[in-house]
Amino acid sequence: MIEPPSLPGGAKWREWGIDPAWSNVIDVPSHDGSSHRWHMLDTGRPETDEPWATIVCVHGNPTWAYAWKSFLTRFAERHRVIALDQLGMGFSDRVSHRGYAHRVADLGDVMRSLDLDAETPLVLAAHDWGGAIAMGWAVDHTDDVDGMVLCNTGIGVPEGRGAPKIIRLAASAPLRDLVCRRTSGFVEGTVRLSGDRIDAIDRQAFRAPYREARHRQAIADFVGDVPLRDGHPSAPALERVSNKLGGLDAPVLLAWGARDIVFDDDFANDLAGRIPNTEIQRFGEANHLVMAEADVATTVDTWLTDLLSAGQLDGAAASADLSLVGSSVFDGVERRRSDGAVAVHDAATGTSITFADFARRVDGVAAALRHRGLEAGDRVAMLTPPGVDLLVAVYGVWRAGGVTVIADRGLGLRGLGAAVASTRPNWTLGPRAARMASGAMRWAPGATHIDTAALMSEAADPPVTELPAPPTPGDDVAILFTSGATGPAKGVRYRHGQLAAQRDALAATYAITDDDRLVAAFAPFALYGPALGVPTAFTDCDVTTPGELTADAFDLACAAIDATMAFASPAALANVVATATDGDDRAGLAALRLVFSAGAPVPSEILHKVRDLTPRAELHTPYGMTEALPVADIDLDGIDAAEASDQDAGVCVGVPVAGAEVMIAPLDFDALHGIPPAVSTGGFGEILVRAPWVSDGYLGRWETQRLARPGGGWHRTGDVGRLDEIGRLWVDGRAVHVIRSDDGPIASVPLERALERQLCPQNLVTAGRVAAVGIGPHDCQQVVIVVERRGGKAGLADEVLAAAVRGALEVPVAAVLITGSMPVDIRHNTKIDRLKLATWASEELAGERARRPRRRR
Amino acid sequence: MEILVTGASSLIGTNLASELVDRGDNVVAMQRRRSSALSASVRQVVGDVADLAAVKNAMAGCDAVIHLAAKVGVIGGRDEYVRANVDGTRNVLTAAQELGVRRFVHVSSPSVAHDGSPIVGGGADPAIVAHGTAWYPETKAIAERLALSANNDDLAVVVIRPHLVWGPGDTQLVGRIAERAAAGKLALVGGGRALVDTTYIDNAVSALIAALDAVHPGAACAGRSYVIANGEPRPVRELVSGICVAAGVEFSPRDVPLGAARRIGTVIERVWPHLRRDDEPPLTRFLADQLGTAHWFDPRPARVDLGWRPRVTIDEGLQRLADWYAVGETEPGGR
Repeated sequence: MIEPPSLPGGAKWREWGIDPAWSNVIDVPSHDGSSHRWHMLDTGRPETDEPWATIVCVHGNPTWAYAWKSFLTRFAERHRVIALDQLGMGFSDRVSHRGYAHRVADLGDVMRSLDLDAETPLVLAAHDWGGAIAMGWAVDHTDDVDGMVLCNTGIGVPEGRGAPKIIRLAASAPLRDLVCRRTSGFVEGTVRLSGDRIDAIDRQAFRAPYREARHRQAIADFVGDVPLRDGHPSAPALERVSNKLGGLDAPVLLAWGARDIVFDDDFANDLAGRIPNTEIQRFGEANHLVMAEADVATTVDTWLTDLLSAGQLDGAAASADLSLVGSSVFDGVERRRSDGAVAVHDAATGTSITFADFARRVDGVAAALRHRGLEAGDRVAMLTPPGVDLLVAVYGVWRAGGVTVIADRGLGLRGLGAAVASTRPNWTLGPRAARMASGAMRWAPGATHIDTAALMSEAADPPVTELPAPPTPGDDVAILFTSGATGPAKGVRYRHGQLAAQRDALAATYAITDDDRLVAAFAPFALYGPALGVPTAFTDCDVTTPGELTADAFDLACAAIDATMAFASPAALANVVATATDGDDRAGLAALRLVFSAGAPVPSEILHKVRDLTPRAELHTPYGMTEALPVADIDLDGIDAAEASDQDAGVCVGVPVAGAEVMIAPLDFDALHGIPPAVSTGGFGEILVRAPWVSDGYLGRWETQRLARPGGGWHRTGDVGRLDEIGRLWVDGRAVHVIRSDDGPIASVPLERALERQLCPQNLVTAGRVAAVGIGPHDCQQVVIVVERRGGKAGLADEVLAAAVRGALEVPVAAVLITGSMPVDIRHNTKIDRLKLATWASEELAGERARRPRRRR
Repeated sequence: MEILVTGASSLIGTNLASELVDRGDNVVAMQRRRSSALSASVRQVVGDVADLAAVKNAMAGCDAVIHLAAKVGVIGGRDEYVRANVDGTRNVLTAAQELGVRRFVHVSSPSVAHDGSPIVGGGADPAIVAHGTAWYPETKAIAERLALSANNDDLAVVVIRPHLVWGPGDTQLVGRIAERAAAGKLALVGGGRALVDTTYIDNAVSALIAALDAVHPGAACAGRSYVIANGEPRPVRELVSGICVAAGVEFSPRDVPLGAARRIGTVIERVWPHLRRDDEPPLTRFLADQLGTAHWFDPRPARVDLGWRPRVTIDEGLQRLADWYAVGETEPGGR
């Protein structure tokens, strides 16, 4: 037997950031009749009165226990972390070739030899091939395993694809020996994949046990154990484990580096399909060594908190009970199945479709999709531009049991691509150009493309007529994307029941009946039309630039279907007002009974001008977000009354709509401690909402979702504000934008509104183009006001503006800055990224960039 | 209370002594020359803090000490700074220990912890001794360490670092800005956009009194340092402009980029001692850093431990300064 590399000394461990006391060796009697010496990093029992867990970490190939450094250092004082070096790896004994089944038995040997408390919850954490081995042990010890964290691993190749090319290449025997054993190629390659997300110390530590060829035999053996050919000796054992994963009922967190080209997202989804109780957290920027590259430990910390307090959270369901939803998104379509009235009209092309044809085409599309192989739960990225075909396709996908991925170009092309890619769609549906784009930019690498035109002609004469049973309220229906105004766009998951409840809430709030006809100047809103069973028209306006909607185009679309109601984005309404010349006859607009606008704050000045164009219409602005819409509603008279009643407040968004509950919780409450207490009436805090139509959660962002869902069906909006004594909700901005001064929190929006009210008349500021941000450390931040002057020179404001700003506000203002252009989102062109602005302001007012971090006491 | 104030002829000292007298304390003022600015109720003892016997003589019978005496600026050799700031502080501490004084307020400077990088919401970081050839921060850093290490169960020491004190009668900051502006020689480093906190004179005085009242053996503040400022950082440009308006002089500054200011300051610092001039140089490396980078602090430690909040805002301070200039810059303190 070859000796393992000699163990590093204390100084070396400390240089690597590892406590030398953690490094231990134990002799373990083996199932093979001999005894092997195992090396491990063991933090020992924590001295704590809090509940704690034992976390046994199993590394993959070609790493070692050091791969779990982030877990060891973060949890050492609160849990017991034992990171093993597998036999032949790290600083454990070098052994002759051991196949998968032996490896699983080895793990069993060492688990028996570890001095574990039976009373302490056991969590297995595993990476890469360590994952397959840990799963192999877990399926036969389901009663002992209280939880698992699996990082970039797999148990088999996901259905419908081959093994990763790079592994095939490395697995051919001569090449394998060259790359894995004779040279350090495989070790180097693995370390290099992490780029600058790991540092020089990490690289040195990862290489340390594998400096000589004789120490690298197991690396080659592991690669050789991947069952790429028929009749591979390890294949049956892997298959057995894979088949037993359904019995693993403990919670499993899949923490995934999304840039891994070997164990990519498909492997995570594959495991999620095999193991009953999984959550996925993707780390978008991380590659294979995700625990070393990204802050997985923080996510695991949150997850462990839940795991160890599971008893307390019983009954605190994350979302509403969908069994109570009795309606379906297809109700509108079914109700008007034999109606010859226009269901959808596209003012850009002049095309229309009747309700009867719509229902028939939807069925046809569903049948054609099933014939093409679409299965229930398949994700379909909708790349079809707005129009009749888009609505037919969406309802067709839903009817076939598919899940639509709806990301619009309002996210920007890069944002759109990243959004689509994060959903790993099985299918893309769009014109030929969309296929080229998604192919060239790798939006949907594993997806099959469906040409919209081809699908529509198949739908006219469907190959099968038998359709599966309609989806149930609990089935997934869609993934929508937030606007990504702060950070990357998040995928929001909806189930059928939630979408149906949302449709019902809109119908009830706006008293929508079959006699209504809808114009959707914000294209995604047209999706509700068929569900509501009302004729729906798209306006002639590019979806990426809703702010270019003209008064004439808006009027034409309304006239075309004799519309009774119209939904437009705030930017679109602003342009409609700007392009309306006096005296023109706009019969289409004049006939509207309802105009509503949402997505961003709608200035009342704009609404008053809209009212001049639509004298018969009630003007409403529902409040809500991608995750929950509507939450509250207010009309223009209500806005005017609110403006008159409180000059120092944020934006009044009205009273909660029927069926929705709103609660104000203390700022910064900890969602892991369950449902927060409500603050008293009039008190400031974070806005929570509960309604049957609140979305199911976020896609691949378990931690974000967990922190947004304290339990009891409540959703944390991330907005701050208050409820007044007559039940109206006031929104004061985003929680992350609240300025944390030494005298308490200061919300951004009330300051901005005060400046707009007082300084707009003097033309010192433009509405929507002034921002209040905080700079400096949390809880001693200073207020800085940033004013946009288009094309103006960035820097300190002049004395006049600075004095006017200070005169208009009650709070101390450290500085007033001018910027040439505000950082805003693409979709609405109004949501100011105040965190980005604060970073800029902070650098500007530092005089120079900080050369190094300040020492802290 | 019987209180010894060293260095009482300074702007802070004069205001502090009169405030203490007003509230009924007995004040012994020790400085090298008799000061006409101090009120008649203050007992003046002429002497040098570098002379231990003189210090003991002045401190006899006192319950508390506020140690303000220091050599400031950049003129002079290291020995002079050591004598005034290090030896002087050691003597005042020694005398306090020997005479059984219980309360000791040591006045330091934020510059003792400053390494040239911006300070954004910073705390009272530990004093660092290496400051190149800037003898003032170096010797004040040594003095502060002496003071903190003298804190024990018998003698409670608190260190107060007032940041950029200004007000009516101030020749260091206000006087030099007004003089430079009147001569058309006003320059702002980096456009004056660095956010800098300052201390209006009355607030510096009330902070020292709060520290005096708070410090006693075992108090939270004993053995700790606090930065004192108005808690209203403003861009340098706005402050300087405000001071010019108050002084009735034109504000039309030139702009000097920070890098250039640092280089010029470094050169002047080297050359100035050889010129044998007795005035302060127009710019130093230290001053370039002070005027060109952000300096503002977390107000909470002083609020919590000393129970102190500033009473006069920047805008009120500027108004008082304007009033003082309007009546002809006679009475220091202007109150």
